Amino acid sequence: MPDPGYLLGLVLVSAAITWALRAVPFALLAPMRRSPLIGRVSAQLPLGVMLILALSTVRDVAFHDTDRAMGFVLAVAVTIALQLWRRSSALSIVAGTATYVLISTALASP
Amino acid sequence: MRSTIIEATEPVASDIDDRVGSTLTLVAPVGLGLFPLGIGFGVLVVHAGLPWWWATVSTGLIYAGSLEFLLIPMALTGTPLLAVAATALVVNGRHVFYALSFPLQQVRSPLARTYATFGLTDEAYAMTAGPQAQTWTTKRILVLQLLLQSFWVAGATVGALVGTRLPLDRLQGLDFALTALFVVLAIEALRATRDLRTAGLATLCAVAAQAVFPELMLLAALSVFAGLLVARSALASRKPADA
Repeated sequence: MPDPGYLLGLVLVSAAITWALRAVPFALLAPMRRSPLIGRVSAQLPLGVMLILALSTVRDVAFHDTDRAMGFVLAVAVTIALQLWRRSSALSIVAGTATYVLISTALASP
Repeated sequence: MRSTIIEATEPVASDIDDRVGSTLTLVAPVGLGLFPLGIGFGVLVVHAGLPWWWATVSTGLIYAGSLEFLLIPMALTGTPLLAVAATALVVNGRHVFYALSFPLQQVRSPLARTYATFGLTDEAYAMTAGPQAQTWTTKRILVLQLLLQSFWVAGATVGALVGTRLPLDRLQGLDFALTALFVVLAIEALRATRDLRTAGLATLCAVAAQAVFPELMLLAALSVFAGLLVARSALASRKPADA
């Protein structure tokens, strides 16, 4: 086990930098809040951030395994279809995840 | 904490349901993904040879999923703290953009603001970036963030303590809940803005970043995307002598 003093330093450094990255921009942006340019950009940002975050999770899918990859595509399709139809985030997330878990678990069983 | 009536710019009902139960209903599907992801993290901590409490300390105090996974091998090999700092900067650099839409103005006390910024993860941002969250109360925002972190900390602790004894590999793919969360929120954002050009721009940025900087995909994609949005907005409103 690594030295506890070193682990403490590791936590402090990581926590301080992470928190600074999350908190300091608010102070820097405060004077710009009223700018129409920043207003437009902050309204357009969430859509793009969600798409980029969603696409970033696709990387973790094993695309050399066609069976699992198709399961992923199907689960995304279920999520999108339910969200467009019923507009209930909880239902879409639970049903999409259940689809993916069922397919992955079935494929993993011998 | 509902004495202040906020002048909402969005046509949203002003009566925010900030009961804990209502917030839990909102968070539960995401917790469904965070809890097993936390278990996976806890199992990894113990398997790598770190003490079980590292899972709790890391998820409780650092609270940045992808960085925490990277820190496991770094902690074991005694990576210099300067290198750790550089990794934290690069991996979490994307968070600087979240200040643009997170409703921090709705969070009233300094202590609450400290936690609200500390807990501004991808998931917390995703669940508060929509127009409806701009009128939420301090309580609803903080409870949402505390619940999100609780799922993560609890999952990691359970994973580190008993994860190796559970047949966890039986149920695969629960982390799809996070993919589903971002897909659902992207659909809702698209429904609200009808902005297909921005959606196309973001998709291009993600694909290009994955091709050029696969290790830094999120930071690269978000930086280029935010930069292009600013440039597009500046060009569209180019007025003389406009700073």
